[in-house]
Amino acid sequence: MAKPIKNRYDFVILFDVENGNPNGDPDAGNVPRFDPETNYGIVTDVCLKRKIRDYVETVKEDAPGYRIYIKSGVPLNRSDAEAYAYLGLDSKSVKERKKDDPTLDIQVRDFMCENFYDIRTFGAVMTTFMKDSLNCGQVRGPVQLGFARSIEPIYPQEVTITRLAVTTEEDAATKNNTMGYKYIVPYALYRAEGYVSANLARKTTGFGEEDLELLWDAIVNMFENDRSAGRGKMAVRQLIIFKHASELGNAPSYKLFDTVTVTRKDPVSPLPARSYRDYDVEIDREAVPEGVEVIVRG
Amino acid sequence: MAIRVEAWGDYALFTRPEMKVERVSYDVMTPSAARGLIEAVYWHPGLRWHIDRIYVLNPIRFAGIRRNEVKSVVSVSNVRTVMSGGQKPLYIDRSADIQQRAAMVLKDVRYVIEAHFTLTDRASDADSPGKFQDIVKRRLESGKCYHTPYFGCREFPASFRRFAGGEPLTAYPGETKDLGYMLYDMDYSDPENITPTFFRAQLVNGVLDLRDCEVVR
Repeated sequence: MAKPIKNRYDFVILFDVENGNPNGDPDAGNVPRFDPETNYGIVTDVCLKRKIRDYVETVKEDAPGYRIYIKSGVPLNRSDAEAYAYLGLDSKSVKERKKDDPTLDIQVRDFMCENFYDIRTFGAVMTTFMKDSLNCGQVRGPVQLGFARSIEPIYPQEVTITRLAVTTEEDAATKNNTMGYKYIVPYALYRAEGYVSANLARKTTGFGEEDLELLWDAIVNMFENDRSAGRGKMAVRQLIIFKHASELGNAPSYKLFDTVTVTRKDPVSPLPARSYRDYDVEIDREAVPEGVEVIVRG
Repeated sequence: MAIRVEAWGDYALFTRPEMKVERVSYDVMTPSAARGLIEAVYWHPGLRWHIDRIYVLNPIRFAGIRRNEVKSVVSVSNVRTVMSGGQKPLYIDRSADIQQRAAMVLKDVRYVIEAHFTLTDRASDADSPGKFQDIVKRRLESGKCYHTPYFGCREFPASFRRFAGGEPLTAYPGETKDLGYMLYDMDYSDPENITPTFFRAQLVNGVLDLRDCEVVR
């Protein structure tokens, strides 16, 4: 297992969408999620985590140690030999250990953490067997993400589209084309905030420096391999990383997040923002407390 | 020796145990969530946190969020089979295992948690209440934490700081709200049989007083 990370991190992701739907709301017929009281757009944490998983899966192609546990069903069954390599075991010794090894639950957990990048990063819930007193329970991963929220209120727009081809024979007899809808946000800049706990990396999942590099790459590129008709043009514009000098951290996260401000370049403009150039992103480096390093990517 | 922690965030979800498939939050933070939040900042086997009061500073407001969630968990028996050389699928197929679930979450929450700790029999001779108290105060002031505390679920991170002092200004002065029975905490004293405990929550002037409440199971 690689050495776990030694520093706590907090990070801010700024990403935007142009003529697309960043995250549809299943409760509202796939309209882009927004808070109906304020009209600020929302992208859920799980949506972003999905993109990170997909990126890692694309780049690593199920390389040993970088598998993705929650994936869209490609069966894979070539894990057995690798499993031994990781644990240095053969099947006999596992069976023996099963009987009288009280640390088997830890072994199961470690096995999963070592093999699966997403479990090492975000954690997982494992079934528990009370009768075997095998309690793997919940693995908390070091990386934690909140919901992303748009900088300004969004105004989702319904776009009606037509198609010339029809699906069924019956329809073909009676109509030439059908209408469909999609929802887009003309433009919005979103901000998400996240945390990396070095403690959980060290004590539970073994999330290491290489994993962290991969995480930053995945965040910066999370939309690059995720093009689709629904999403339009999405891009991560900036990833601002606060690296604490210590494991437990050197400053409260909220103070660090407060140093990043995003404002409209022209605050009195009557027109809504339509591109990233309409915004100013500032990091007040003076206000960053001692012991915290600011790294900007993207 | 009491400490006061101010904690706030955009969302919170303190799931009612009776409604946890399509999750519905309690109106206010439960004592167990408050304990978890403080433990994320500082915990040691030699101490146990007790929540004394929870001040509700912001009005109670809800929002609905529906998400695609995975219904399965990692199957330990599959993992064991693969570990011992067997063939079992070791992944969750997200298209087959997905469920849409709604959650009624709290919005824009802010609390002041008043808590104290007692020493347990796992405290060593070198441990003392003064030492623990100093550590937790330092951590609250410098923003150090074991992991980022959260309001009920990890996607709802909590910002925290030591409460500046004075009397916290709650959203409900002069009001008494009966919140019904709420989860108090889980009783872990018998690891084979972890049981939930409950109490009758009364929000008096915006304060949930837990010091002398009757805990039922």
